[in-house]
Amino acid sequence: MMFVRTFIFFLGVLATVFLGWAALVGVPDAMISEVKPPPGLQRYTDEQLFGRSIYIREGCLYCHSQQVRPEGFGSDQARFWGRPSVPGDFVFDKPHLLGTMRTGPDLINIAVRQPSEDWHLTHLYNPRIVVPGSLMPPFPWLFEEKVSAGPQDRILALPDSIAPKGKVVVATREGLALTAYLLSLDRSYAVSQGKVDTARGR
Amino acid sequence: MPRRKKSDIAVSHQEFHHKDTPAARADEELRISIDDSARTPTMFYFVSAVAWLLIGSLFGVMTSLKFNLPDWLGGSALWTFGRIRPAHLNTIMYGWASLAGAGMIVWLTARLCRAPLQLGWLHYLAAIFWNAGVLAGTVAIFTGYSQGLEWLEFPTFAGALIATGFLLFAASIVQTFRKRNVEHLYVSLWYIMASLLWFPFLYVVANLGIYQGVVQAAMNWWYGHNALATWFTPIGLAGAYYFIPKVIGRPIYSYYLGLLGFWAFALFYNWNGIHHLVGGPLPTWLVTISIVASVMMVVPVMAVAVNHHLTTVNHFRMLRYSPTLRFVVVGSMCYTAVSFQGSLEAIRSFQEVAHFTHYTVGHAHLGVYGFLSMILFGAMYYIVPRLAKWEWPYPRLIKVHFWSASIGILLYVVALTIGGWLQGLAMNDPATPFIEVVNLTKPYLWARSIGGTLMLIGHCVFAYQFFLVIKRAGPRRFAPALFREPAPLKASREGGTTS
Repeated sequence: MMFVRTFIFFLGVLATVFLGWAALVGVPDAMISEVKPPPGLQRYTDEQLFGRSIYIREGCLYCHSQQVRPEGFGSDQARFWGRPSVPGDFVFDKPHLLGTMRTGPDLINIAVRQPSEDWHLTHLYNPRIVVPGSLMPPFPWLFEEKVSAGPQDRILALPDSIAPKGKVVVATREGLALTAYLLSLDRSYAVSQGKVDTARGR
Repeated sequence: MPRRKKSDIAVSHQEFHHKDTPAARADEELRISIDDSARTPTMFYFVSAVAWLLIGSLFGVMTSLKFNLPDWLGGSALWTFGRIRPAHLNTIMYGWASLAGAGMIVWLTARLCRAPLQLGWLHYLAAIFWNAGVLAGTVAIFTGYSQGLEWLEFPTFAGALIATGFLLFAASIVQTFRKRNVEHLYVSLWYIMASLLWFPFLYVVANLGIYQGVVQAAMNWWYGHNALATWFTPIGLAGAYYFIPKVIGRPIYSYYLGLLGFWAFALFYNWNGIHHLVGGPLPTWLVTISIVASVMMVVPVMAVAVNHHLTTVNHFRMLRYSPTLRFVVVGSMCYTAVSFQGSLEAIRSFQEVAHFTHYTVGHAHLGVYGFLSMILFGAMYYIVPRLAKWEWPYPRLIKVHFWSASIGILLYVVALTIGGWLQGLAMNDPATPFIEVVNLTKPYLWARSIGGTLMLIGHCVFAYQFFLVIKRAGPRRFAPALFREPAPLKASREGGTTS
């Protein structure tokens, strides 16, 4: 009797966890893995993928989401952060970077709102140069100081108060790649909603 | 009122009564031999847990200060916000909470099975693997090798070390369970045995890396929330179910409420995770299922809350004496609070404001700190002197720990709850420029840093005294370390060390 009860206990315990997995991961996987990339979505280039790995390394995802909420749910639409995201927007994303926090603004369409490479490089070097009051950390290790820049170097135009004396600041390969990734974040192409229903409104 | 079966009163008051009968003496000797068998493994886990607690909470305070002073250590890639923050989460969850929980489970299982710990040597290997995994994973985060998934930042090799450690740990617990000398299984044991099946399944599936895109996001939050459901909350509830009746010296109010609570917990908690993605690009039905399950969590939470409250009622006076009871009861109250808050928070209209804000961070800390860590502190105040055979030398320092931890978490949660809610309201008003939303949160983020610092101070005091007990230093006590002497003839149930 004791054995039977223990057996039933463990069976029940296994069943609950397995059902949860099947419902929350298994079924969506079966539904969504069929989703085709929308025609407007480009694959990431090697440089953009490298930049994406910098984005992960520096933990950008802990303050920036990459998903736009639909009309009637928050102010994403009124802030012009882009059309509501659909599963197809993320088919090339591994790991996903949807995020759960907006200490800073959503970035899934940052290239549309802020297409300037100069702005991004300066902002990464020290965000408070271009956004006073920002809480974002500076990333000076994505740049290097040089006495004189080479022909290929991307020089930052910095205000005198910030710029090091007698030196120029140039972006490293990492800084350029991260910027290239940010400038790839454009999910403004049109999509058909398809058969997969997205979380719209209440 | 459901009847209590005598055999279900695994947490008996025998320990404190009838000390002069032969049966009671045999009983005490059995307990001593059980404690002896669990001593070194449990203490091994506890020592490493306390080390991770100090490291993890230091990272936490640093993370918080980064919000206040974004240019502080700004030139150091190692100490940038985006690396310390996941290092904080992972060292606290997989270092402190998991290892302290493992230590508690080792001792508790042996006690509840009334059997000496089996295959105890496995725990040395388990603790080494586990610690190596947490260390390797933390180094990986700092050096830029995070997997980029919240709660799963550790690279696969570190995850594999932790999973191996967990399986070795579980093997010994299961073997002890098989050798049990009890007819009925006490509630705490259900949660422990269930978590041994749940958590490895969860952790291994989550670390396989077979998903991408939005399915990976679903997997991520299935895991993120279920790490709480299948491992951390069972630890906390097993502790609460054991220590409240134990210290008070009465049986748990209702076995049947316990049963209802457990199975409702097992059924609903598993399905909660996708409420982290409300408003996101996932099928509506999927999010809705998780919201419904989150609201249904009211059932198991009510069952646990009523059960614990009715066990404690009329004995609240004992909170003045017993450190263990005070920590555990505060932890249980936080469990009720954080769970109701969680059910509410899952609802779409609430999420519209609270999602993507510091509100959620306050909620998370109320759970992991107010509930889980407080119960683990209470458990350690009970278990450690019994195993080290040395009482806590300074009850005053326990008091300092209790109050700095309690005031710290209160300040933390209140600040982020208010600040986060205002942040959400401002963010939803498109007329407010984004930078003004940021500016609005700043005073609350300072308050959070103060709360976090208080918690860190409490941890240093706790670690210092823990270190004294291990070294058997400080004044020797022959009676339990209580906050104050109980009134005469009302001896506290918190027994002393084996004497």
